[in-house]
Amino acid sequence: MKVNVYVTLKPGVLDPQGKAIHHALEGLGFGGVADVRAGRFIELEVADGTSDADLDAMCAKLLANTVIENYRIERP
Amino acid sequence: MKTAVIVFPGSNCDRDMAVALETVTGKAPAMVWHRESELPGGIDFIALPGGFSYGDYLRSGAMAARSPILRAVSDAAGRGVPVLGVCNGFQVLTEAGLLPGALMRNAGLNFVCRTVPLTVENSQSLFTASYKAGEAIDIPVAHHDGNYFADADTLERIEGEGRVAFRYADSVNGSARAIAGVLSDAGNVLGMMPHPERAIDRAHGGTDGLRLFEAALGVLA
Repeated sequence: MKVNVYVTLKPGVLDPQGKAIHHALEGLGFGGVADVRAGRFIELEVADGTSDADLDAMCAKLLANTVIENYRIERP
Repeated sequence: MKTAVIVFPGSNCDRDMAVALETVTGKAPAMVWHRESELPGGIDFIALPGGFSYGDYLRSGAMAARSPILRAVSDAAGRGVPVLGVCNGFQVLTEAGLLPGALMRNAGLNFVCRTVPLTVENSQSLFTASYKAGEAIDIPVAHHDGNYFADADTLERIEGEGRVAFRYADSVNGSARAIAGVLSDAGNVLGMMPHPERAIDRAHGGTDGLRLFEAALGVLA
């Protein structure tokens, strides 16, 4: 079973990489972009029936640093 | 005085750290590989060196913080054994939850590699007792992810408890409140981005880092 995990910076945490991407987009002439936040997308191939609790623990213990990041688990 | 340096795949300041510890104690430290689950007996001081453990995969320090030896380091820290994390070692300590906050990409996005002026904020800790409060010292930095972040409540708490050990005197990496080094609640764990082990010999261009090791290792000059 494939599970998608999206790790994003918490609101309020400055994102220098997102800012740099934003500037680069403007440099390419894309003027209508108000803000850019960069995150991480992780694909997991897990055993069928893997519990929500286990997936949550994987995110909380390793995949995200919950001091600065939020995560969202998406089962297809 | 028995010391240990934890070595991860990708550590690259482990030998500099070993030289600093041997210079001050007269005895070579135990070099402990990340796969070990126990420290050698009777270790009095643990250093987590700089480098790029596990290639900085996922986040700087994230993999190292989950390696087997970190459980032993965490247990030792809980017993009051002094633990010093420098640069990547600081990142590992925050990832392991032994220190508050996180170290993010430098605000300027550049790798910063130069000697920077620091202010000693807390001169009462076991690591900083040989400095004067407010003293200006020069220590090299070399990092890409040194931008210290903690939420507002955490910053207030660690400031109030005197747990900011060092602050950058110049703008270096965008760190919250220019924080360069943080102490644990109990004061026996210090994480700092600047490299004191690179400032222990006149040939390094300065010796301001030496007193940190002298204080922490109980051999005050």
